[in-house]
Amino acid sequence: MHVLTSHPGVFAHGLLVTLHLSAATFLLAAAVGLLLAVCRICPVRPLRLFAALYVSAVRGVPLLVLLTLFVFGLPEIGVVYSLFWTVVTAMGLYWAAFLCETVRAGVRSVPPGQTEAARALGLTFGQVLRCVVVPQALRATVQPLASLLIAVVLNSSLAAAVGVTQELTGQTVLLDQRYAQPLFTFAAAAACYVLLTLAIGRTAAVLERRLAVLR
Amino acid sequence: MTSSLREPRTEHLYGEDAYPDRPPRARSGTTAAGRGTRQRLPHRLSAALDHIDGDDLRLFDEPGPRARRRAAVLTAASLVLFTALLAWVLRQFAAHGQLDPAKWRLFGQWPVLRYLLDSLAATVQVTLVSGAIALPLGILLALARLSGTGWLSRPAATYVEVLRAVPLLLLVYAFLLGLPAAGLRLPLFWQLVWPIALTNAAVFAEIFRAAVRALPAGQREAALALGFGHAQTLRLVLLPQAAQQSAPALVSQSVRLLKDSTLGYVVSFLELLNAAKVLGEFNHTVIQSYLVVALVFVVVNGALAHGAARLERRPAGRRTTARAARPPG
Repeated sequence: MHVLTSHPGVFAHGLLVTLHLSAATFLLAAAVGLLLAVCRICPVRPLRLFAALYVSAVRGVPLLVLLTLFVFGLPEIGVVYSLFWTVVTAMGLYWAAFLCETVRAGVRSVPPGQTEAARALGLTFGQVLRCVVVPQALRATVQPLASLLIAVVLNSSLAAAVGVTQELTGQTVLLDQRYAQPLFTFAAAAACYVLLTLAIGRTAAVLERRLAVLR
Repeated sequence: MTSSLREPRTEHLYGEDAYPDRPPRARSGTTAAGRGTRQRLPHRLSAALDHIDGDDLRLFDEPGPRARRRAAVLTAASLVLFTALLAWVLRQFAAHGQLDPAKWRLFGQWPVLRYLLDSLAATVQVTLVSGAIALPLGILLALARLSGTGWLSRPAATYVEVLRAVPLLLLVYAFLLGLPAAGLRLPLFWQLVWPIALTNAAVFAEIFRAAVRALPAGQREAALALGFGHAQTLRLVLLPQAAQQSAPALVSQSVRLLKDSTLGYVVSFLELLNAAKVLGEFNHTVIQSYLVVALVFVVVNGALAHGAARLERRPAGRRTTARAARPPG
């Protein structure tokens, strides 16, 4: 037990790196994913085709394969930058495909009658999106986005497998190797992840209630 | 540009009736017939493309001339962009000698292929074995959670919630480093299979529980009204329907199982990703090996996802045909 009490800093730092990694990944995924979703919906065929192929291909590749491809493959073609951001790029591009599908499902959850009615009332395309589609779609995507964020946080541990050992799982392994008290160290790390997941879930529930649309 | 957007349909919508003051256009009938032969191939191509990228979102109005022009410009611009991107990637590959045919021809040689196929077999084996453990365990957990008995459902719920909130890698490390310290030494294969199976059992349990809870309340009430007990209601009425309902979700979950097997890379179990690493380091074809393995995963998982989508469509179709076959009233 004293492993934990004497090394709270190591765990806290690991947790912080995990949060940093997850936040950066999620933001990148949100940006790319929204762009992909727009491409998937827009009436420009090459963009639509590209987005569809991208999503179906990336969803079939395991995250670890993408991570190794980026971390060990990119230097081979002369693209080298910091390990942390290489990992963020790979994870962001991976989760963008899932985010795109979530956003698309959210938009699809708005009944077509809503759009048609808005258009019949003379709203412009921008107004249809801003006043009718997005508020309703947003509410429907809160829960799926929270699940996605949880998946991002949990899978950020894979960064440890390609060398970002500063994050929580990597730190846990280091502590375990140094003090050989696996039960406490792994349980404490698991508890950290469970708390993170619970926090995200609760926040999402509150957000969903706030954003509720009465139909 | 999509040719489907220029179909005669538009002319019916905004045809002569809508704008009587405009000069009459060509008769839609003759247009369709005249275009028919010439457009058959592009049309078929566009239908095939619709199958890939088709979206069923009705966000956009039927495009007018200006919107069509804008779409054409964007099409051209995006094609230029994609070509430039591809050119840059190829140049980057070529500049570092990664397009050397020898580096790629490697994957046509039988020993290398054999090696990859063997490791693919190991991947499939891990997937199947962990699935075979996770599936029954998941069903048991779901039943325990649905049982309504506190001392059964509460531990099951805790197990499911905790295992879904802990990263698989942490569990793999716990098995890899923690168990030997506790004096339990598992073979490599099982060090990989058990964490995958334990995590996925929790996911399977949630899939089953969701499927049972999504059934109409009338099913359960009718069964109880017929005098069935709790167990009978579950066994005879709810579970068969839930099993059918959850089939597509289970197949999609098998995609995740297959992806999870890549953690063999961490425990040095020779599955597909680890094989790519070995090949890449041995032959100095790092990027090629990982790309080939990624391609294999895309193909296999694409087939699985396709199967899941087909399963999803099938039960609904069967039900509607059954209803249609019955005489109305």
